[in-house]
Amino acid sequence: MLKYLIEKEFKHIRRNKFLPRLILFFPTMMMIVLPWAANLDVKDIDVAVVNRDHSQLSGKLAEKISASAYFNLSSVSESYNNALKTLDKGDADIILEIPEGFEKSLVKEGNAKVLIAANAVNGTKAGMGSAYLVSIISDYSRELNNQTITRGIEIVPQNRYNPAMDYKKFMVPALMVMLLTILCGFLPALNIVSEKEIGTIEQINVTPVGKFTFILAKLIPYWLIGFVVLTIAVIIGRVIYGITPQGSLFTFYLLASVFVFVVSGFGLVISNYSNTMQQAMFVMFFFMLIFILMSGLFTPVESMPKWAQIITLFNPMKYFIEIMRMVYLKGSGLDALTRQISALLGFAVLFNSWAVLSYRKSR
Amino acid sequence: MKQFLVFVRKEFYHIFRDVRTVMILLLMPVVQIILFGFALSSEVNNVKIAIFDPSKDHATQLITERISASKYFKVVKMISDPDDVESLFKSGKANIVLLYSEKFHENLIHTGHAQIQLITDGTEPNTANAVTRYATNIIMASQKELLQSQVPSVTRPAITSEIIIIPEVKLLYNPQMKSSYNFVPGVMGLILMLICAMMTSISIVREKEVGTMEVLLVSPMRPIYIIISKAVPYFVLSFVNLTTILLLAVFVLGVPISGSLFWLIFISLIFILVALSIGLLISTLVDTQVAAMLISGMVFMMPTMVLSGMIYPVENMPWILRLISNFIPAKWYIIAVKKLMIQGLSIDSAFLELGVLFTMAMVFILISLKMFKKRLA
Amino acid sequence: MMNEVEQDRQQVIKVEHLTKRFGHFTAVDNISFEVYKGEIFGFLGANGAGKTTAMKMLCGLSKPTSGKGSVAGYNIEKESESVKANIGYMSQKFSLYEDLKVWENFRLFGGIYGVNDKEIGPRTDEMLAQLGFEKEKNSLVSSLPLGWKQKLAFSVAIFHEPKIVFLDEPTGGVDPVTRRQFWELIYKASDRGITVFVTTHYMDEAEYCNRVSIMVDGRIDALDSPRNLKSIYNAANMNEVFIHLAGGSNRKAD
Repeated sequence: MLKYLIEKEFKHIRRNKFLPRLILFFPTMMMIVLPWAANLDVKDIDVAVVNRDHSQLSGKLAEKISASAYFNLSSVSESYNNALKTLDKGDADIILEIPEGFEKSLVKEGNAKVLIAANAVNGTKAGMGSAYLVSIISDYSRELNNQTITRGIEIVPQNRYNPAMDYKKFMVPALMVMLLTILCGFLPALNIVSEKEIGTIEQINVTPVGKFTFILAKLIPYWLIGFVVLTIAVIIGRVIYGITPQGSLFTFYLLASVFVFVVSGFGLVISNYSNTMQQAMFVMFFFMLIFILMSGLFTPVESMPKWAQIITLFNPMKYFIEIMRMVYLKGSGLDALTRQISALLGFAVLFNSWAVLSYRKSR
Repeated sequence: MKQFLVFVRKEFYHIFRDVRTVMILLLMPVVQIILFGFALSSEVNNVKIAIFDPSKDHATQLITERISASKYFKVVKMISDPDDVESLFKSGKANIVLLYSEKFHENLIHTGHAQIQLITDGTEPNTANAVTRYATNIIMASQKELLQSQVPSVTRPAITSEIIIIPEVKLLYNPQMKSSYNFVPGVMGLILMLICAMMTSISIVREKEVGTMEVLLVSPMRPIYIIISKAVPYFVLSFVNLTTILLLAVFVLGVPISGSLFWLIFISLIFILVALSIGLLISTLVDTQVAAMLISGMVFMMPTMVLSGMIYPVENMPWILRLISNFIPAKWYIIAVKKLMIQGLSIDSAFLELGVLFTMAMVFILISLKMFKKRLA
Repeated sequence: MMNEVEQDRQQVIKVEHLTKRFGHFTAVDNISFEVYKGEIFGFLGANGAGKTTAMKMLCGLSKPTSGKGSVAGYNIEKESESVKANIGYMSQKFSLYEDLKVWENFRLFGGIYGVNDKEIGPRTDEMLAQLGFEKEKNSLVSSLPLGWKQKLAFSVAIFHEPKIVFLDEPTGGVDPVTRRQFWELIYKASDRGITVFVTTHYMDEAEYCNRVSIMVDGRIDALDSPRNLKSIYNAANMNEVFIHLAGGSNRKAD
């Protein structure tokens, strides 16, 4: 019985004008575009320098800043107001003002002030930008003291797994999760409700098909779609971004298949409770938004307040993003992921039994 | 006019019959504002740190103490084997590991050399950078303390006489570094786009699919009014949402409206017009609800979220994406809202954005009217 | 004479005091009747009289509020899945899959009802030959005219040789020639021993039935052969019988 139903689902997908194209193009486009766009790399910060000192020391400071990898010197002007105008126009993110008498004060008094003004509308950029600027300035003052560190603690920083500090590398595995969630969540959500709208569901309900069989037949195609989407994403990740999974591909696909069951199960639950496709779409959109925002995809879960962290415990996407980043970037094995895996399995059982139970053949 | 009102009322019936959708439309901005305002922050804190301390002397204890006292760090484990680092990272139990060299204090006093290794889980570059910086600052401060207490006062002048440049940091427009200043305009752009474009296109296509569109078109009402009457409720709904967002932003998140409220609302209305016309355009292009949803959802929503600058700064993107972003109405709207609402600039600084949005609205309306007439002919 | 025959025959549908309420509205009000094997049973009534609701209860799509019934020997409430395995159903709204080809619909529903895999192919060809649709085997259902779709839906409904087939206004919106052909199909199925339970609006079709029941406001007001009904109500045709009975309805048509 199952065989015929699965055949039918595949034919629906194949005959649809949109779906096959969507399944192939959407992940491709997203994987090509998103890692470049979803980039919180704080590089190329535009600095407007207001140099009112015209001394050798102030000139050198400006030079040092423009030489740094993080900063672009966007303008050098004489007045703070001019610099503020460039900042308002969006041509500068941060202003460094070196006051008149900077050099004199340094030489005479041993200290001098500079002003850093950052456009904090974009908090991340302002915060990191001013922190970088401060550390360049303190480097500079150390240089002036001719202080090569002779004594003291030597700090040796080392960044594992992503030595080039490439933000894209961090985003690629998580974006794969987002793609899987969107495609394998939305399509099932529209599926049953569309049969309701067309009326064909009645013809199925009057047959002896079991609820479980029916739901399973709906799930399996999305499972395969999930594999296709994932494979496209992995290939693009390799070809364009040079990122290969550090962990085993088997672990990777195994856990992805559990995750696809979770989201498609969720989609089917929504579909069962909806009367129109429009409704299914909006309910799904609502949950999708919460899932994505609360998953650690864009901002770290650790930075959230306690209550929000508790909410994330109920978000399957959070667990799978953790898994993907760990398997993809660090090469973690199944043993390191028991907590996440048991959570996903729990969600898979919950949503799919819910989908079976909430599918009603008679009312 | 009376006929027109009858049609508008019919549209409101459609919307309010579907309680679930209405609830979601009204709740969505509230939830978004709360999440963005309170839950999401890219500020790094509660970093899980593990420490390897083979020396266990005065100096290492002092530094460890300072680190665990800091609000940024949470010491999760004292490890006894530096080889544990790998497994700590792989299981996600630590974000950073600090390894002291052996005989730390002794070396620091006698040879002036002691080493600390900071190994971070570098998967997230910004966190790794910030974490290294925090740790470095704490270690440096502790070092000063250690050296001052250890080194006899005779040798100290070398330290005190150094030249210092004191940077004074001022954060413009958002002194408390609230991320809400950045996203409130973004949420406004997203919600208005979602409701107007998606809802309008779906509701028109639905009538086509069900067949009631033909009934409407044979009525004595001019087609253009039928279309407008379908757009009116969504216009009203988005205005309600706009008000909700602004109220929440001001009273719950404390984001000020520093500029003119009049111009803020004016430009929002123009943006709503753009979104409605996109919805109309989509509805003339497709015949099924699913297609309308997928097009408005995937082709318009995703780029709006990603390329408009609501989450990610546009200027970080490669030139080709920056070029594409110019065609995304929400980008212009968000820039304008930031200028008018948060930076409190006057309307002349947003003329460009206003002009672009206005042109977009005109172009989309013209195209969709043309398409609509073509279909009728 | 009719009564003697009835008693000899096997009851395939038996309904006692069946009632369905939606809130305060009683859609089906305490109906009782029997249908015998091989019979063509016409289920008549005005729009909104409760025909479709009653039929849905018999098919296990809807649970009765009270009363009981059995179809093909199974309790419609407790053994609805066994009922479903023994019936065919063709709904008012055309509900084959439009985006599947003709043969694919046969294969799907044949498979669902557990027809042997090897048997599905030949039986499909046989049924298409009967309909004269051999050429359309590979067409998408969406490309066929309505009348053809209806005939196809009927064939799909009896593909697995059910004991009873339920037809809910099968000829709605179909031209007279096609209706005629449709009824020929019904007769053929009946000849093979399939019991046919059919609702209709067309009173000429009612004449083709062995027995008809007429529902008014959720109740069955009359049940007999068309000939007997005409003589009881002293009417020239079924149309007059119907108007006589349904004219007293308090319920608004939908």
